[in-house]
Amino acid sequence: MGRLHEVLGARKAAGEKSLVVYLTGGLPDVPTTTRLIEAVAAAGADAVELGIPFSDPIMDGPVIQAASQRALDAGVTPAGVLQAVMPVSDVLPVGFMTYANLVHHAGWERFAHEAAAAGLCAAIVPDLPLEEATPWLDAARTAGLDTVLLVAPTTPPERIRRIAAETSGFLYAVGVLGVTGVREQLARTAVELAARACELTEVPVLVGVGVGTPEQAAEVCRVADGVVIGSAVVRRVLDAETPDAAVESVAGFVRAVRAAMDEPA
Amino acid sequence: MTHELLGDGRYADFGGMYVPETLVPALREVEDAFTRAWQDAAFRECLDGLLRDYVGRPTAVTEAKNLSDRLGVRVLLKREDLNHTGSHKINNTIGQALLCERMGKERVIAETGAGQHGVATATAAALFGLDCTVFMGEEDVARQALNVVRMRLLGAEVVPVTSGSRTLKDATNEALRDWVATVESTHYIIGSVVGPHPYPAMVRELQRVISVEARAQCEALGCLPDVVIACVGGGSNAIGVFAEFLGTGARLVGCEAGGLGLESGRHGASISRGVPGILHGARTMLLQDENGQVLEAHSISAGLDYPGVGPQHAALARSGAAEYVTVTDSEAIDGFRLLAETEGIIPALETAHAVAALAALAPTLDPGTTVLLCVSGRGDKDVDTLARALGLDTAGSGSPEDY
Repeated sequence: MGRLHEVLGARKAAGEKSLVVYLTGGLPDVPTTTRLIEAVAAAGADAVELGIPFSDPIMDGPVIQAASQRALDAGVTPAGVLQAVMPVSDVLPVGFMTYANLVHHAGWERFAHEAAAAGLCAAIVPDLPLEEATPWLDAARTAGLDTVLLVAPTTPPERIRRIAAETSGFLYAVGVLGVTGVREQLARTAVELAARACELTEVPVLVGVGVGTPEQAAEVCRVADGVVIGSAVVRRVLDAETPDAAVESVAGFVRAVRAAMDEPA
Repeated sequence: MTHELLGDGRYADFGGMYVPETLVPALREVEDAFTRAWQDAAFRECLDGLLRDYVGRPTAVTEAKNLSDRLGVRVLLKREDLNHTGSHKINNTIGQALLCERMGKERVIAETGAGQHGVATATAAALFGLDCTVFMGEEDVARQALNVVRMRLLGAEVVPVTSGSRTLKDATNEALRDWVATVESTHYIIGSVVGPHPYPAMVRELQRVISVEARAQCEALGCLPDVVIACVGGGSNAIGVFAEFLGTGARLVGCEAGGLGLESGRHGASISRGVPGILHGARTMLLQDENGQVLEAHSISAGLDYPGVGPQHAALARSGAAEYVTVTDSEAIDGFRLLAETEGIIPALETAHAVAALAALAPTLDPGTTVLLCVSGRGDKDVDTLARALGLDTAGSGSPEDY
């Protein structure tokens, strides 16, 4: 088990909620990604999920699609994104999130090794369900990386148990039927799935997809062990006119989410 | 028996089920429902009846005498262009719509490139009273305008997809995103032998009718083909016409889109020029760059404009059980004209790739050779593209030398 597992496990044991922030790697550029990681850490994030842009992101909605496309158009590569992490790898656990083809193309072992060497400690690959995950899980374990697996509102309880037994770091509960993106209201599925998953496993259960405001984060944390926030953060990076403005806007938002999560219910 | 009919979704080390967790239970449901349906005599009877009385099967095998004379080999054409809606695609959509009804879902979605699968899905949806949404790349919406109108007339919603290369790949991404959100009420009718298990196997079984019929029809003509040839985008008409000839000793030839030429980098030749990768739920041969980003394919034919290919084709190519050649855009136009002028059959541009490949192959074949060519669809949809490519005027005045 890797560092993400240690950090989030310790928080759960202490009764504290975990906040994982998603950033699109290389948006608006690699040096700013490094600054953003530092800034979200200072603003209260417990870990970062760093997206490596892929040409065909089927689990992502319009915001992260646009962010990925912009980064790809600017020439961002997987190796370039990994480079953003080393200067801040001691600050908090950073995992990558990307699609199976980029990892497969490099080779499961090679990619795991390179990610670990670049200072990352975990991985999320949403199109590698349990049925296909074994070669990656073996490579990740050898490299000392945690692999966060996902459960969805459609996952039956018995399967949640099996997935929870294989995940490390946390169990990612996909809050809604749908792709990434902010929803006006927290879906009932988010709370129901989190409650069901928490009963079935000791691993921290974090809800992501469809959690986009401080209020929604607080609501989820009444049942879950934490949240993953992505599109709402990336939207702020996309909208910012300068890298400084992006860092400031994201930091302010993450502080607000942190405060709402930590407020006594 | 699940494992006999659909297998485990592995074709050598290709295939699989590389999808978000949300979809895994739905894929298991489709696999289970299709397996049961296939063993249910009532389902099979209903499907066979629809294929006969609605689609118009069996489709003819035409002895192409003029083309045979021209090429010096005996050419038999399996006429999928004669199906209702004009291509083989409806064999699959009728079967999946029937399955959808059986699963109690009231909405279907589909991706489409040339629009033939979209039209076939919209048609089946109209017949079964299902809501229907078709995702189509913006570029294909423009170049296949006729099919867009057909789909809308059939009551389907056509959603132009503006992301990425705005073609079939991106339409498939968008259909998958829709399905992730609507999976409880919606069935995704994938149009080819691509995607996650069980689709490559299920679509193969629904297209197998092509070669079941063709084999009996050839036998009635006193022969079995020495060569079976078909175009390959995702590869569903090819798998359909290959299926019953695998292991018979027939030489199986798939024709990929060579686009502007393999050296140009602008083509759809996933088997010939791709490397193994993971897209749309399957590990298969895939056009991608040095980092694993998926490349845009190119073909004059919207139906072959796809950077991947069915995983079973990838495996057949690897084992040598089938061979795959490429045909450029301009060769396909020659193939189109050849079939039109010799046989009075205007083929789809996709089919024209197979005709061109046959013309190239014929000089190397013994004169006694019998070739079965799958005419995957008719070419009305491509007339505008041909008119532009050949400088023909569609406004009615004709080019000056015609007078």
